[in-house]
Amino acid sequence: MGEMLACFADPHSLVRAARTLRARGHRPLDTFTPYPVEAVEGVLDPRPSRLRWAMLAGGVGAAAFAYLLQWYAAVIDYPLNSGGRPLHSWPVFLLVPFEVGVFAAALAGLLAFLWGTGLPRLHHPLFAVPGFERASQDRFFLLAAAAAPGDGTALRHLLEETGALVVFEVRP
Amino acid sequence: MSAEPRPAHRWIAAARESDAAITDAVVAPILVGVGRGWWIALALTLPFVLLTLVAVAWLFWRGVGVWGINTTVVWGFAIANYVWWIGIGNAGTLISSMLLLTRQHWRASINRFAEAMTLFAVSIAGLFPILHLGRPIYAYWLAPYPNTMGLWPQWRSALVWDFWAIVSYLLFSLLFWYVGLIPDLATMRDRADSRGARLFYGSLALGWRGSARHWRRLGTLHTTLAALAVPLVCSVHSIVGLDFAASLMPGWQESLFPPYFVVGAMYSGFAMVVVLAALVRWGLRLQALITVNHFEVMGRVMLMASLVMGLSYATEWFMAWYGGKPDERRLVAYEFLGDYALLYWAMLACNVVVPQALWLGRLRRSIPAMLAISLVINVGMWLERILITWTTLSHGYAASLWRVFRPTFWDWSFLIGPLGLFAFFFLLFVRVVPAVSMHELRELAHREGAA
Repeated sequence: MGEMLACFADPHSLVRAARTLRARGHRPLDTFTPYPVEAVEGVLDPRPSRLRWAMLAGGVGAAAFAYLLQWYAAVIDYPLNSGGRPLHSWPVFLLVPFEVGVFAAALAGLLAFLWGTGLPRLHHPLFAVPGFERASQDRFFLLAAAAAPGDGTALRHLLEETGALVVFEVRP
Repeated sequence: MSAEPRPAHRWIAAARESDAAITDAVVAPILVGVGRGWWIALALTLPFVLLTLVAVAWLFWRGVGVWGINTTVVWGFAIANYVWWIGIGNAGTLISSMLLLTRQHWRASINRFAEAMTLFAVSIAGLFPILHLGRPIYAYWLAPYPNTMGLWPQWRSALVWDFWAIVSYLLFSLLFWYVGLIPDLATMRDRADSRGARLFYGSLALGWRGSARHWRRLGTLHTTLAALAVPLVCSVHSIVGLDFAASLMPGWQESLFPPYFVVGAMYSGFAMVVVLAALVRWGLRLQALITVNHFEVMGRVMLMASLVMGLSYATEWFMAWYGGKPDERRLVAYEFLGDYALLYWAMLACNVVVPQALWLGRLRRSIPAMLAISLVINVGMWLERILITWTTLSHGYAASLWRVFRPTFWDWSFLIGPLGLFAFFFLLFVRVVPAVSMHELRELAHREGAA
């Protein structure tokens, strides 16, 4: 007994509850909301993600590969003198790496997003909680752990005091 | 044409739309149904889908000779349609990403179907370069792959640029669209009542739970993709402009072409978004979410684009005169007085003169007027694409090569058929995917204090 999932009617009470919990020594673990609630991020302080670095690496890597491919094809493997233009026609060789690089960055971003969020995960214990489907519509959920192993009841009372509509106990 | 009254709130018409009400309004057309009108519309598009299939089959069977092209005007409708469709396709992502980056939160009501419009329009646009190849069975030669022939693509060829631009852009747009869609797919999963629908939306939603960490990463990914989308979109249409500008023909060899094509794309694309917004609003009964103010701001953007287009035309005339090359000057005279003069004047009327009506706020707030002006702009932009191709090819350097393009039945089929195909795809889209971004609207309502 330790983790509790509380349901709130609006984002303000969610943020207020998370702050109260933290002040009383409990640990707010995560929130589940129908749209991003910025204020709650400060309470949960998730680590900054390295998503953009992954995108940069993917994009630059793919662009470099595309450029090298063009250079190898046009200069080494299949030199073709078309209208006396130089074999290494670098200005027009920039078009393909740019396009491919942007797409590769996007793809790398998606993969980094999936890696960082642990998705896809089609089943999760929280989906079994009755009413949790409203987390994607109009209800705001807070998952919290008790300060000490035996403090489950105290946590439940505190959540109810801060205005939770319902509180469920979550077993992993 | 009476102007619609301004709603109490700028972007959400009902005084207080709760999260639940927004969700219900968007989900209803998919889960409850939109009535018989949708089926009738779908049935109406079927002949056009069939026409497209027959026209493509006939083209592959007989070759490009079924078109009105001749030894001089070697590009006709195919390339003009390609440029027109990709222009429309560009606007969806451009609108969505630019408005996201500039924090124009009103985009929430229009970005989803604008991006869907992009996907369908770019898919259709991508067909034309293949169709016009003459030997379409060899289209795969554009891709670099190790082969027994020891061949590589010609990287200096405009056709190869198009290939990479279209493929990258299409895949990128699909990704951008899907990333913004994941939370709404989760809502659909949670609302669906049949097992099939739950499985369908559930697997696409990837198990999204709306966790704070998920939202944060999704937000980072979405804005970064938007930041990448703007240069990508500009580069894609610049490449289309470069296809022409890199040649040596009078009227094409202009450094103005890439930016001029990008603005043209935004212009025709915004016009198409207005048309679709009017239809989506009416067809899915989303009057509360797509307000008359949305039309008003889109009208302002189109007005600005029409001014830039007018400036671009004037620059072309000026540069032809100022450059002093007789062939360029003769081409401008041919535009105004030659075989296609009537079309050219019509284009100027559609793209520059008629949209000046948008200076009137009353017209920007009248949805029938906006719809009419947008249709005129789309016709005008198509005329522009067709004239860019025809005038130059019909009136190049050698007088002995001057020929006029006369479209055949199959040319018209390739114009009309894909329009129906687009409508067909779009109708399917509005029944499967939430046409408006629900989570962004909830956020907007919350932010603006309307919820």
